[in-house]
Amino acid sequence: MSTLQPVAEPKVTQTGGQCRRHLLDLDDFSPQEIEAVMETADGMREVLGREIKKVPTLRGKVIVTLFYESSTRTRVSFEQAAKILSADVINVSADSSSVSKGESLLNTALTLQATGADFLVVRHPHSGAPYLMASHLERSGVINAGDGWHAHPSQALLDMYTIRRHLGRLAGVKVAIVGDVLHSRVARSNLWGLARVGAHITLCGPPTLLPLDLLRGAGAEGGAYLPDTVAVETDLDRALDGADVVMVLRLQKERQQAGLLPSLREYCRLWQVNPKRLERAKPGALVMHPGPMNEGIEISPAVAHGSQSLIEEQVTNGVAVRMALLYMLAVPGREEAQR
Amino acid sequence: MSGEAILIQGARIIDPSRGLDRPGDLLVCDSLIASAGEPVDPASLPGGSRVVRAGRRWVACPGFIDLHCHLREPGHEHKETIATGTLAAARGGFTAVCCMPNTEPAIDSESMVEYVLRQARATGCVRVFPIGCITQGRQGKVLAGLRELAEAGAIAFSDDGNPVGDPHIMRMALQYTVGLGLPIINHCEDHSLSAGGVMNEGWVATRLGLRGYPAAAEEVMIARDIALAEMTGGRLHLAHISTAGAVDLVRQAKARGLAVTAEATPHHLTMNDAWVLGRRDGGAPSPQPLVLSAYDTRTKVNPPLRSPADAEALAAALVDGTIDIIATDHAPHAITDKLVTYEEAAFGISVLETALGSLMGLVHGGLVDLPTLVHRLTVGPSQVLGGRFDDLATLRPGTPADVVLFDPDEEWTVDVGQFASKGKNTPLDGCTLKGRVKLTMVQGRVVFDGMGGAI
Repeated sequence: MSTLQPVAEPKVTQTGGQCRRHLLDLDDFSPQEIEAVMETADGMREVLGREIKKVPTLRGKVIVTLFYESSTRTRVSFEQAAKILSADVINVSADSSSVSKGESLLNTALTLQATGADFLVVRHPHSGAPYLMASHLERSGVINAGDGWHAHPSQALLDMYTIRRHLGRLAGVKVAIVGDVLHSRVARSNLWGLARVGAHITLCGPPTLLPLDLLRGAGAEGGAYLPDTVAVETDLDRALDGADVVMVLRLQKERQQAGLLPSLREYCRLWQVNPKRLERAKPGALVMHPGPMNEGIEISPAVAHGSQSLIEEQVTNGVAVRMALLYMLAVPGREEAQR
Repeated sequence: MSGEAILIQGARIIDPSRGLDRPGDLLVCDSLIASAGEPVDPASLPGGSRVVRAGRRWVACPGFIDLHCHLREPGHEHKETIATGTLAAARGGFTAVCCMPNTEPAIDSESMVEYVLRQARATGCVRVFPIGCITQGRQGKVLAGLRELAEAGAIAFSDDGNPVGDPHIMRMALQYTVGLGLPIINHCEDHSLSAGGVMNEGWVATRLGLRGYPAAAEEVMIARDIALAEMTGGRLHLAHISTAGAVDLVRQAKARGLAVTAEATPHHLTMNDAWVLGRRDGGAPSPQPLVLSAYDTRTKVNPPLRSPADAEALAAALVDGTIDIIATDHAPHAITDKLVTYEEAAFGISVLETALGSLMGLVHGGLVDLPTLVHRLTVGPSQVLGGRFDDLATLRPGTPADVVLFDPDEEWTVDVGQFASKGKNTPLDGCTLKGRVKLTMVQGRVVFDGMGGAI
């Protein structure tokens, strides 16, 4: 029983992350801590530009990626980040491990902790799975690589890093997040992170793909739990009006089959980000997408591959930001970026 | 009098069946109530009698009747048995429990009813009244032998967690049982609306990224069932209503004079959806970061914990009688059923042993008065069952001595390790409650003694 009791340790840290063991979401990040990630990521990008992309920083650390959902970029990005920092990386996927024999998430996590894993990077289809793990693990840290509809903090940080690189700031930046907000962990983590640093966020999508409490607005309970820099909009043109950044979310085609949308054709006509709609945003507005894209659905190929698109750069920045996160989690008390 | 007398001295005697609420003594002789309220001289009792001195403000009242619990036997004995479940009931002050038929196999035949009754006689320490299925195998397709089930001893009908989805079948169930006097109990949930939801739809679900189960999923089926009860004249009882809208529907139905009754659970009356965040407060929206104990699977229950406004509406409806009774929906589960993600976790809370303590919070908070609370736990359930257990819901002399004695003011900390129930699944673990059962008697026999003595 004793190993099944939650570990009594607060996740919340106010000290710039120096005693943070888990990365679960950005809701408890201070602006200073976010800035520290950004600055550390700058240093990591420099490492990525070297001819020999390897530093010894995390030598001897064991990082396990545990993915219960398929993923290309997030898993590879974490693996790459860990390897460049000289950590040992072990990849566990649900279909080729004891998980397929019915082992519970918690027992798998305890097993991996017992093998000596310093960090478990976990992707899970159920919201809250990393909290379940973190509250029962005494030694290993948990890094949330996406849980259900809830959070994807490393994605949000890489999005913010990308914005900051191009606009030089995050405070006051106007960001439109467009698409299937209801089911999006990327939207939720960006919302917390961007709000922390003073950005303005407009969530936009079809009424059936917005949480009902947000759609219905400030009437009943709407929004009292959200930062006041968050707005909700169903009209794409209004949402894009004057935006510095347009983040496009993936639309799973199953949403239409489940009755949430009349047709993909209508979705494309009303909510697809294409060159004409993009004209509403500020000239040169940044276009981002967490991937994988459904080109021709939520985003037109011309925009996805156009001059304003940062979609590929997001992937590169993702490696730098995840290096920064691993470094900051694994090397407490760091002062500045590695060399 | 044969030396089997028990005298409870100096208690507040509350007997809602007779509108009695006065300080006094309660005397039990030969398994029956001998007197309630009048002073009794202990010297007049035969040798070997037990005298229990009640503490200041302690309450003696009829034993509680739980119209909705899960004893899991047969089929899920690792979660609960009739022995452990009835012991938990006794510790909670319940002297009679009605057990739901979601067993394995389901209680949809005379022989299953007889099995439960036999097991209860052999291993149970409080009265057990089985609820039979509405449809065969709880499948919602073909009516179970409702009248034969009644003859065998079923006291109501329900498919428990399976709502009767087909309106025609529901109509037939209500119509077929006309004149029987036994209620059709429906768990109202329109599955196409709840759509796999795991918690109340609202800001907390949005915050946590959990699939929402809207209030309307419950309300649309309640509205349907009320219409069917009105059409057929059948006896409809609505299980665990949880929303303000449901309360309104029941209120309107009663205003039209329909034979519709409703229950609410202690958790829906006293908790709210912010408990899923790990909070234990009034539930107002706030932008606080999540804590590690968020996604507390012990709060996962069907129907889900609703908004604070819903809980308020339930309490008001309990007072004005729109809600007839409190039922626990005691749903014990194994530890492993809850040590999983919120989405995977089983629905249900282990309630029997905390019910009084949490309900007393309503009394201490000034929302409900004590006689009303006792009424909703005793006379209320008996009336929902057609008055056939009125003798168990009274302290009238000559009736069976099913009695509970409790201290309304004792503060205690819930420790699931001390539960008699196998179900340790409650978000109240570690919480301090005010109000505790001291003694429970069934037919004059002490089945729980919380005063230091053994049973």
